[in-house]
Amino acid sequence: MTPVYCIGSGVVTPLGNTPQDVFRAVRQGRTALCLHTGYPEPYYASLLSRDCVGKGVLFDQIVRDAASAAVKEAGIDASSPRTGLVLSTIKGNVEVLGKADVSLAVQARRLANALGVTTQPTVVSNACISGLAALVQGMRMIQSGQYDHVIVAGAEVQSRFIVTGFQSLKALSLTACKPFDAARDGLNLGEAAAAMVLSSHADASQWELVSGCIRNDANHISGPSRTGEGSYNALRYVLQHARPEDVAFVNVHGTATRYNDEMEAIALYRAGLQNMPVNALKGVFGHTMGAAGILESIISILALETGVVLPTKGFETLGVSVPVNVSAKERPAQGNSFVKLLSGFGGVNGALLFRKGGAR
Amino acid sequence: MKQVTIPSGANLSQLYRELAGDYPKFFKMDIASKLGFLLTEMLVAGAPDRFTPRQDRAVLVFSREGCVANDRHYADSMADFPSPALFVYTLPNIVTGEIAIRNKYAGESSAYVLEAFDKAQIQAIVRQAFLDRETRSAIVAWIDCPSDTEWTAEAWLIDNNDI
Repeated sequence: MTPVYCIGSGVVTPLGNTPQDVFRAVRQGRTALCLHTGYPEPYYASLLSRDCVGKGVLFDQIVRDAASAAVKEAGIDASSPRTGLVLSTIKGNVEVLGKADVSLAVQARRLANALGVTTQPTVVSNACISGLAALVQGMRMIQSGQYDHVIVAGAEVQSRFIVTGFQSLKALSLTACKPFDAARDGLNLGEAAAAMVLSSHADASQWELVSGCIRNDANHISGPSRTGEGSYNALRYVLQHARPEDVAFVNVHGTATRYNDEMEAIALYRAGLQNMPVNALKGVFGHTMGAAGILESIISILALETGVVLPTKGFETLGVSVPVNVSAKERPAQGNSFVKLLSGFGGVNGALLFRKGGAR
Repeated sequence: MKQVTIPSGANLSQLYRELAGDYPKFFKMDIASKLGFLLTEMLVAGAPDRFTPRQDRAVLVFSREGCVANDRHYADSMADFPSPALFVYTLPNIVTGEIAIRNKYAGESSAYVLEAFDKAQIQAIVRQAFLDRETRSAIVAWIDCPSDTEWTAEAWLIDNNDI
């Protein structure tokens, strides 16, 4: 099958607007997570500044900026009939519900127009794994020969709609989230946009998206499988494409809810990865929903380029029922590959194996 | 390839009693999930071993409106007490999860939002889904519900010989 590479990336986050700036901020231990006055209850989240938006729509602006940066770095012609566009988001611009058309297709059309994309855009809205599922969709569009390049962009903006929903589910922590920790008590929401340009053309230095997989638990719409079924199945599928000694780490979902982290620990354990270094970035960015799969992959690429496994901010004492090799400290990385893992409502789970180009 | 349709405005409770009748969770579902549930019942009723768990069948649901009808119900509840039971259906992929749970499909599940029903675009995405080496068949549906009372709901059971 045609190899697929990442040839450009872009991000918009509260910690910076280039992948390198954000990666540096993460290594410095920074986060924008803090307590915000709420709707009406307060909530702890990592939010973007509204100062620079002007009259525009925040969602449109951040996803356009991230995607434009990725296109610029890739040096591709966005208007070519051989360039595709995949948007990842869960709720798009839902805050205008009742006042304007909130179909996610509207956001995709605006993004296509802003970038000059001339092919028909596709939205992948697969709950919390949307970003990873959108990357898998982009890979397949190239592997099938439909496109030479695919812009995959994801974003999420927080609003009363989403915040009160998670509050109603009692899923939010009122302090900084603590992935895999014994005292974890819920997730923090986050805002970000992130984009990659995927391509069949690359030079030896670029990162390959080797294998991606989406699997359902077939268990419950809002709770993960207690056996980690879908997550384990997705992991098992992508690990067939890697030698165990080449995998430096698994960057997990790690939302810091009791059920998610326990489920992921069991899935990793079942896959024989109890000694594999594992980390989660939700303690830095919060849960950025439609952006998470892309943002966390971009930061993980930079980590492995630098030769490190990033720390799991918020983690202190392991609080899951099986061993997991998670650490609050930065560690040296060994290997040329990593796995990005995500899970979400609807019982959906995804895994994606990345490998440093030229390392085949 | 098998194709089924539920006409807009059809009596879904009656259809449920005719097709299933043994799955009371149906009544808690949003309109998109109800339609996805019933379309799948129509596609796989009577199939041998239909409740045997399997990973080789994908569930791929397409729409323009996502779950907007339910989003409005959740937004209405925000003014009073935000309803967790409504909030969980504010994700366009929950219909794929409901189909997977009912039928024990532990394969791929994905929800896509398109600008309009575009046969060529849907065919391309479905063909690409079969690049997963473990996928042998797929429930593919176009379930578009601008409201609880008007919709377009069509589904196809596709296997790898159709691709």
